[in-house]
Amino acid sequence: MFEQFKTRAEAVSAEVHRFATRAQALDFILDFLRSEGIADQPGAYALWADGSFAAALDRKRLAAQVPGLRFEITRDLAAGARAGISQVDWAVAQTGTLLVDATAVEQRLVSSLPPIHIALAETGRILPDMAAGLARFDPGRCAFLSAITGPSRTADIERVLTIGVHGPKRLIIVFIDEAGEADHQ
Amino acid sequence: MSSQFTQSIAEALRNPKLTGALGKFSEAYRGNRAQAYAGIDFEALRTLIAERKAYAASHLEALAAEFAANARARGAKVFRTGDPQQVREYVLNVAREKGARAIVKSKSMASEEIHLNPYLEKEGLSVSETDLGEWIVQLAGQRPSHMVLPAIHMTKEDVAGLFSKEINERLSSDIPRLVNVARQELRSRFLNADIGISGANIAVAETGSLVLVTNEGNARLVATLPNTHIAIVGIEKLVALFEDILPVLTALPRSATAQLLTSYVSIITGPAPNTDGTLKDLHIVLMDNRRSEMAEDPQFREALQCIRCASCLNVCPVFRLVGGHVFGKVYTGGIGTILTAWFDALKQSEDIQGLCIQCGNCREFCPGNIDIPGLILELRRRLVVEQGQSLVQKGIFAVVNNRRLFHTMLRAASLGQKPFVDGGFIRHLPLFLSTFTRDRSLPSIAPAPFRDTFRKIPQPRSEEKAALYAGCLIDFAYTEIGEAVVKILNRAGIEVVFPEGQTCCGAPARYSGAYEVAAQNSIDNIRALLEQDVKWVVTACPTCTVALKQEFIGTLESLGRHEALPEARRLADKAVDFSWLVKQLVDEGRLSFRDGEAPLPLTYHDSCHLKRTLHVSGEPRDLLRRAGHQIVEMFESDICCGMGGSYTLKLPEISAAILHRKLHNIEATGVSEVAADCPGCVMQIRGGCDKKGLAVRVKHTAERLAERLE
Repeated sequence: MFEQFKTRAEAVSAEVHRFATRAQALDFILDFLRSEGIADQPGAYALWADGSFAAALDRKRLAAQVPGLRFEITRDLAAGARAGISQVDWAVAQTGTLLVDATAVEQRLVSSLPPIHIALAETGRILPDMAAGLARFDPGRCAFLSAITGPSRTADIERVLTIGVHGPKRLIIVFIDEAGEADHQ
Repeated sequence: MSSQFTQSIAEALRNPKLTGALGKFSEAYRGNRAQAYAGIDFEALRTLIAERKAYAASHLEALAAEFAANARARGAKVFRTGDPQQVREYVLNVAREKGARAIVKSKSMASEEIHLNPYLEKEGLSVSETDLGEWIVQLAGQRPSHMVLPAIHMTKEDVAGLFSKEINERLSSDIPRLVNVARQELRSRFLNADIGISGANIAVAETGSLVLVTNEGNARLVATLPNTHIAIVGIEKLVALFEDILPVLTALPRSATAQLLTSYVSIITGPAPNTDGTLKDLHIVLMDNRRSEMAEDPQFREALQCIRCASCLNVCPVFRLVGGHVFGKVYTGGIGTILTAWFDALKQSEDIQGLCIQCGNCREFCPGNIDIPGLILELRRRLVVEQGQSLVQKGIFAVVNNRRLFHTMLRAASLGQKPFVDGGFIRHLPLFLSTFTRDRSLPSIAPAPFRDTFRKIPQPRSEEKAALYAGCLIDFAYTEIGEAVVKILNRAGIEVVFPEGQTCCGAPARYSGAYEVAAQNSIDNIRALLEQDVKWVVTACPTCTVALKQEFIGTLESLGRHEALPEARRLADKAVDFSWLVKQLVDEGRLSFRDGEAPLPLTYHDSCHLKRTLHVSGEPRDLLRRAGHQIVEMFESDICCGMGGSYTLKLPEISAAILHRKLHNIEATGVSEVAADCPGCVMQIRGGCDKKGLAVRVKHTAERLAERLE
């Protein structure tokens, strides 16, 4: 199902990566942030929203490794960030879609305001289709369910596809094969 | 039709800029859409959507109450009203309570419907549309020309001009640059807005959830950044169950823009936290505006199954020529015509409903399984009931309904036309009639009608009899088609009879909404055609076949003439289309054709009624192949030729523009032979070729087959 997800997501301009371990994924993310010039300056920093992956990180050490990587999120900070990082709950192979309970506003801020959104997902949480995806959510407990399929796009001017109108211009999806703590329950 | 409206059509047709992007989009749409639906059973999907939405439409009251209760339980404020003015006032009151100054909006047709923006702006509020297309249209002071692609009528140069003015900087027409300008400019409005207003694509009664579908991500921002969110929801967006989201979400992006899914889908159930830690002040306005009344109407209830994908616009041969500023009001195209008649007023649909050529293409594509052309015809009928027919129409139908007078006049016309006839064509008509022959030559009226010619064809005696229903064109212009049909049936050993009492099938009256006239035609024909005991009633005009098989019943039923229905049904059972019958005869080994040594290349035009109403498209192709032809398919072979019966007379300029596309597609095949199964299409295409000087021979399938009888 990973291959199908990758094909579908890349067809809508997402960038898809896969790593065996959390450590490898983290290395990739840190390298990526450096290569994108993430720095402790207005308009150049990155925000990392809560999630099981982020919870297990040594945040102080990371912030020292990549100056400009921050873990506190506000509206103003999100508006000025170059990249946002968040973890999604599920992925849908059939359409290349990410599903996340975005009730916590931080989840929405990092995935909609910065020009780059890095989404972390577990390879074991790829579902075949949207029917399976929606079945994982109880609307009684989730006030804001977000389905994200590729970066923000428009074709409103002469039907020419243009990426990145109001939301992210790039969507980087990082799959990790190693299951997180939450999945061992 | 008002002269102002006719003028707007002429302007639209002469402005290639207006429909440039729309034309390209609609040409690519069918292929792209088919790809998006790969692996999905569309018929099953739309049956499910229609069933779920029809259920909702017949339980609107209960579902609205359930939705309101569930959304309130989750902390939303729900306001339900039938009155657009109350919706506007409610929004204004919320704005006043909040001391709001600035509002950002994501696309909402419901708010367009009630003209919310100008109302709020008059009250001193700043309202910014944030969907790129909507913003462009707002800056231009226009209304959307398409329900999904609001600014498709504008060029990048137009947009550059608007944006330059807005940000006071001279911009080039580079599209990515223009999109970035919108991002920058609207980003600050998002961050500074006090209230976000959205619509909703789906509202789920079971959970009180709203589903918002966008590509740009603006709805997420509208629902996240301002502390207050007002969603204006037409109650036809209600579905009963959370699982009902799935079929709608499967069809909507595929049908709207040929995408598997839009970039963003947000499912909002009650208030979520704001960026300052408070909870969202979430207001949901359930707007009726005659939707409940529509749900009570046995015919128009079906229109509430619409999911607003706009595919009926994308596949409409008329819409792509004139765009939504001509073909529609707030809501555009086929479904827009119907919604205008209800949400606005029946009278408001008077001009636009006339644009529908009744080709039936939209019906094939509608994911809500709505009979859009059928409903437009019903509007037409109600308009005639409400306002009566024009005097000219009345005059015409008075003649058509008097068979003897009608036929005498046609015979007289055969003589009267002499000065204008040239090789079987009428190429020019004088004075006001000249529009009719500007783009197509008309056939001359035959010196002897088919009913006279028929008497001279000796018939084999047989137990197996077929009554030939000629229809006006074969009877009075293309008698050779009738002769070909008789020749072929005789060869299969069938005795053909020609009931003299047959008259016009009533299609022109019916398609003009004059049902009383059409009913009289039905009664006359039923009597004439059932007079003798025949096995089949054969026609070589699909429009006539549809009349005999379906519309006589429909017309009589809608007028409550139940006494005539048993006979109408008996006729319907006997009525068959020519190609369908001949295919049966060939399959039974009763007919065969000479195979040519080298197959003669030919392109086939699918007639609207044959393909889409009678579902016959493989049969004539198969027969033509057996008769030694190689079929070279033209682009959009099943798109209307622009004939549409009296449409050519009512809207000659549109008819001609559609015809020109057809001729272009025929020329592009490089072959010089065309076959079609409808004498109307033959007339339109043959006349167009003659006028354009194309060396293309257009013949009815019956003629092509008769030439090759073994």
